Amino acid sequence: MISFEYRTPKNLKEVHASLKEFGTDAKLIAGGTALIIMMKQRLVQPSCLVSLRSVRGLNGIEIKDGGLRIGGLATHRAVESSPLVRRRIPLLAETYHHVGTVRVRNMATVGGGLAHADPNQDPPPTLIALGATVKATSANGSRVIPLDTFFTDYYETVLNPDEIITELFVPKLPGNSGAAYLKFLPRTADDYATVSAAAVLTLDKNKKTIADARIALGSVGTTPIRATAAEAVLRGQPLKAEAFVEAGEKAKEAVDPVSDFRGSAGYKKEMAAVFVRRALERALANIRQQSKAKAAPKTTKRAAKARKRRKR
Amino acid sequence: MNKKIKFRVNGKKVEVDVPTNRLLIDCLRYDLGLTGTKEGCSVGVCGACTVLMDGDMVSSCLALAVFADGHDITTVEGLAKNGELNPVQKSFIQYGGFQCGICTPGQVVAATALLEDNPRPNEEEIKDWMMGNLCRCTGYYKIIESIQKAHQFAK
Repeated sequence: MISFEYRTPKNLKEVHASLKEFGTDAKLIAGGTALIIMMKQRLVQPSCLVSLRSVRGLNGIEIKDGGLRIGGLATHRAVESSPLVRRRIPLLAETYHHVGTVRVRNMATVGGGLAHADPNQDPPPTLIALGATVKATSANGSRVIPLDTFFTDYYETVLNPDEIITELFVPKLPGNSGAAYLKFLPRTADDYATVSAAAVLTLDKNKKTIADARIALGSVGTTPIRATAAEAVLRGQPLKAEAFVEAGEKAKEAVDPVSDFRGSAGYKKEMAAVFVRRALERALANIRQQSKAKAAPKTTKRAAKARKRRKR
Repeated sequence: MNKKIKFRVNGKKVEVDVPTNRLLIDCLRYDLGLTGTKEGCSVGVCGACTVLMDGDMVSSCLALAVFADGHDITTVEGLAKNGELNPVQKSFIQYGGFQCGICTPGQVVAATALLEDNPRPNEEEIKDWMMGNLCRCTGYYKIIESIQKAHQFAK
């Protein structure tokens, strides 16, 4: 690793000042789990590291407009273990739990992970399917960027060098909706996906027709992708197994994976179709589970206690 | 470029003047002589370099030494108190949790963090937590058993 200046600003104003001073020679660092590796390999050689580790007030997790607002400096671990996230949008906690190991999740931040923009990451497909946005802040103000337009290439995003991700916003799911993220992981438990797929499925009131669907995939190209053609074949269709198969086939046409040690490009394409179909099936199962839970009579306190005891 | 940093290691205050590009593991091993922490893969995958920062486990090969400024670091040397091994260490000895020993410092630090979080983990919870600590001898069953039985040594 080459030598660099290390700045520890205490607030955003100081961060902006350091970024202005060093321009594109500066790199922001928070958890460092991705950037340190790139610096060790000399893929990135900044003359200044602007650390966000001492900046306060950017790691909160709270309810906003029924959805969740997550500070850019919240760690992956904080998201996966937050009772609020687990209760409001369980899929988000589940997805962040898939990232690397506990050690990585203790360090890696939500904003840092997104800015790193590796197309193999777990959170982007889920976040795109959920319709999440990020807030990017510079000295000149803030702008909100939908995540489906955020990634532009391998490790490239629409962020300007002077912008920082200060916030992630994940809207609440519409009614009659289910969500799922599936990671095809044939090698080791902490590996990147061979293919990953996220789906949010929304049914109309009578639960016989698909009102809306959002589908996104990871590890299938230079960026995480949203499979809009696959979504289109579902919208307005009667709820049938064939519709999910067709959506999988459409998703397959949208992906452009590379052959590597996780599988050949051809194999990954086939798996993209399979995992989109399965993600939709899982999302549907979630909807049915929710309505069952709603229909079922409330358990008495005593029954709940007994169940808890059995679990132990 | 250098930076003066102050932090606690295993409860003891230290002050070190480190190059900004010094990794935490190198600071611990070479500046402070704490060679219990091992370097394996150098990319945060194997877990041999696991240390605790304010109680949370991190890869010291992926952290800059300057990250430690103002924080509490615990290494394997800090687990024993007054010459007495901690329950995880005792259990690793009793139940054969280590074989060649290279991964052991990371394993016992990670397992100590696990038991702090969840004193009686089941096998699935142990596997989920410990999956980032690789054993090149592949002696995982003994490691899992040692962690499961560590509570026997707790006071």
